[in-house]
Amino acid sequence: MFRLLLISSKSTSLRKPNSTSSFTVSNSHTNLCDSTSSTLFRQSSSHISSNPSASPTNHFNFIYPTKTPNGYSFSCRLGRSFSSFSSQIGFGKVFSSGYRLNYENFRSCEENGCGFLRFQGFLGGLRSFASESDRESMEYDVVIVGAGPAGLSAAIRLKQLCREKGVDLSVCVVEKGAEVGAHILSGNVFEPRALDELLPQWKQEEAPISVPVSSDKFLFLTKNRAISLPCPFDNKGNYVISLSQLVRWMGMKAEELGVEIYPGFAASEILYDANDKVIGIATNDMGVAKDGSKKENYQRGVELKGRMMLLSEGCRGSLSEKIMKKYKLREKEHTQHQTYALGIKEVWEIEEGKHKPGAVLHTLGWPLDQKTYGGSFLYHLKDRQIAIGIVVTLNYRNPFLNPYEEFQKLKHHPAIIPLLEGGSVLEYGARTLNEGGYQSIPYPVFPGGAIIGCSAGFLNVPKIKGTHTAMKSGMLAAEATFGVLHEGSKMETYWDALQKSWIWEELYRARNYRPAFEYGLIPGLAMSALEHYILKGRLPFTLKHGKPDHEATKVAKLCSPIQYPKPDGVLSFDVPTSLHRSNTNHEHDQPAHLCLRDPKIPELVNFPDYAAPESRYCPARVYEYIPDEKNQLKLQINAQNCLHCKACDIKDPKQNIEWTVPEGGGGPGYSVM
Amino acid sequence: MKIMVAVKRVVDYAVKIRVKADKTGVETQNVKMSMNPFCEIALEEALRIKESGLASEVVAVSMGPAQCVDTLRTGLAMGADRGIHVEATGALYPLSVAKLLKALVEVEKPGLLILGKQAIDDDCNQTGQMVAGLLGWPQGTFASKVVLDKENQVATVDREVDGGLETLSLDLPAVITTDLRLNQPRYATLPNIMKAKSKVIKKFTPQELNVEIKSDLEVVQVTEPPKRKAGVIVSSVDELLDKLKNEAHVI
Repeated sequence: MFRLLLISSKSTSLRKPNSTSSFTVSNSHTNLCDSTSSTLFRQSSSHISSNPSASPTNHFNFIYPTKTPNGYSFSCRLGRSFSSFSSQIGFGKVFSSGYRLNYENFRSCEENGCGFLRFQGFLGGLRSFASESDRESMEYDVVIVGAGPAGLSAAIRLKQLCREKGVDLSVCVVEKGAEVGAHILSGNVFEPRALDELLPQWKQEEAPISVPVSSDKFLFLTKNRAISLPCPFDNKGNYVISLSQLVRWMGMKAEELGVEIYPGFAASEILYDANDKVIGIATNDMGVAKDGSKKENYQRGVELKGRMMLLSEGCRGSLSEKIMKKYKLREKEHTQHQTYALGIKEVWEIEEGKHKPGAVLHTLGWPLDQKTYGGSFLYHLKDRQIAIGIVVTLNYRNPFLNPYEEFQKLKHHPAIIPLLEGGSVLEYGARTLNEGGYQSIPYPVFPGGAIIGCSAGFLNVPKIKGTHTAMKSGMLAAEATFGVLHEGSKMETYWDALQKSWIWEELYRARNYRPAFEYGLIPGLAMSALEHYILKGRLPFTLKHGKPDHEATKVAKLCSPIQYPKPDGVLSFDVPTSLHRSNTNHEHDQPAHLCLRDPKIPELVNFPDYAAPESRYCPARVYEYIPDEKNQLKLQINAQNCLHCKACDIKDPKQNIEWTVPEGGGGPGYSVM
Repeated sequence: MKIMVAVKRVVDYAVKIRVKADKTGVETQNVKMSMNPFCEIALEEALRIKESGLASEVVAVSMGPAQCVDTLRTGLAMGADRGIHVEATGALYPLSVAKLLKALVEVEKPGLLILGKQAIDDDCNQTGQMVAGLLGWPQGTFASKVVLDKENQVATVDREVDGGLETLSLDLPAVITTDLRLNQPRYATLPNIMKAKSKVIKKFTPQELNVEIKSDLEVVQVTEPPKRKAGVIVSSVDELLDKLKNEAHVI
């Protein structure tokens, strides 16, 4: 009998269906414990101590007697060594309570529609599923990945619905940045449409939205001149803000409503149950050295299980991309591939007399050529700060194009120089944006959750605004989620709600602007004017996007190298100086988070055929070709510089670079971006 | 035995700081704040001593505005049992902190007081030494190794000094300030962060502790260091000596 309770030290053996006792196997994979079992195990919790330096196979499991507001207690996991355990508690009692535990858990699972355990009988044949058994597990009703505008809007809306209907759902938001807002970067001219719906009292509650748009200019730049064009934007009622600041405020609001936000934890793995339904995510192991060995402060990742998962990781989210591939979400609705642009931005503090709060400027033309879609923006915030940046589409053809250097060139334009002179740079950063619009929205619902925000891609390209649609998508997903958890409806209602909302109407009207630029700058501008003044989206057809971004790059021998001027250190800067201003920091001794699917491709394809475009489009100089001892150029990946923009994941010609999430808490530290 | 650890909320080490426009200090608005790295090391050491069974309780102490509670919660998430927050607005210089710590030591009566050797915002390296002086306790500063002997109530501390390593034997109760090489602080795990929410943080004010916060120092001005000038290539050793003598005035 004693033998039954001993689990062998190897974790893999727990998964074998015919291990010594099916009873013990099922116990170790039980995720929902009722209160009786937790009180039983409470006695032994004092002697099972945390042991961070222990070897992995002997990793003790924690026991949590506490409960979430919804009554879900944290997972109870039995420790590995049972000898002392069983001597404390009567042997027979453990056996019988555990048995009962199993059955009751199954029943509660069925009621809630979780489907955590695939039940094959009480005794014998109870198989465990794919999740690692040695990780601690925490359970929530809803787990949201990413504390950005979409994720926080969803969290806030969920809690609001809970209050209205008098129920409670536990909501957890994980964020890979060191704090909420650290990885948030955006222009940003904010349309408060979604915020008015979510938190109508935002003004009274002191949201950091205080600079209304005061003027709106649109310039066509040539090398030396700036030609004023009629402004295609209507920014009346909009505000110039720092999105990072707004998201921090939203984080505060969410916490006030009872949302649990955990910054510094990166969701790196998706957890599935035996039916291939998503049941949660797992965070990164922390404290792993560069070579993969465990450091002194090694900490195994934690599993966060949710009845519903919402992925709001931002543009080209790593988990969202995996989900879209696995469940073929783009094929479901016959959508096109997503197209992207790279945005690089700086916040400057300029001289007093030059600052006009609320002034909005957009430019087109120089320094980009006729075939490359893109432009720049310059917004005046408050406190003498301005946001200046460039957006370069990632389907550019010439592999010698360097978006960062184009930005530096832009700052030397005669129309821009007078504004920046005498000023200093506060922060620098970069991100990719979705330009696919209506044509590229994937089916956003998957078994176990949904994708919201820029991970799906709701940016309105002609308006260059995506914050309001991201927030609205979060709110709609929250409403659908609440329906699923509280009323038993299906998550597909999210998709229906999206199509009936103003997001759809807006994106449908804006769908033909961007694809028209595939034919060149002038045709694109002509189409924009036509759409804006006359058609307003009423064309009976929808233009398609060109090739996917990574396929659009021409081989180097067909293109001419571009000579970029050296930075002058006053208006333009080199990458290391700019990077320093992004407060980017990663724990140095960790495995590189940028993975090469085939390590030979950079030297065999990227460098000879495409002249190493990754060494040019990366705004953080992560990819460098350094001569080794034999004087051959080898790719060196400076992963600690990474700004988490995902440009490499998008633009690499052979899609060889895979961006995975590094240890939580690393990455840029934006505060006013 | 109780261990008290003093932690300070400072600007995060990865943030690039700027001087405020009015030169009264460094810009701390909208800037990420976290626990001083040396304080993390101090807390880690206290936790290890507790886990080895030589201490019964670890109490984390922080002084400053209301947001210090966040730092204390991080400390509690790492494993401290209780927190104490001394609410004080305005600048707190090391002597005031030392006096407050002395008052708290008289309340809590710990057997060991561990602090970080210095804070990364002011680099003072004074609080530990001052509090030891006020309490009349032995001090082992710049500790790179701490070994406790509970029976004899003695702590053996290896100190990192300019000449190398110095080993001291301190009678408990004692003050230890930690240096970088002492240990690698643990990560606060998600479950621990959750549990920390329910741990107790007691609040005190300086008046309750009978400590008057007055400063003998006044910050007159804070400016950025002069920008580094470009290097100059000299053509001969004589020219180098000439420049060192007449321009740099170092010889």
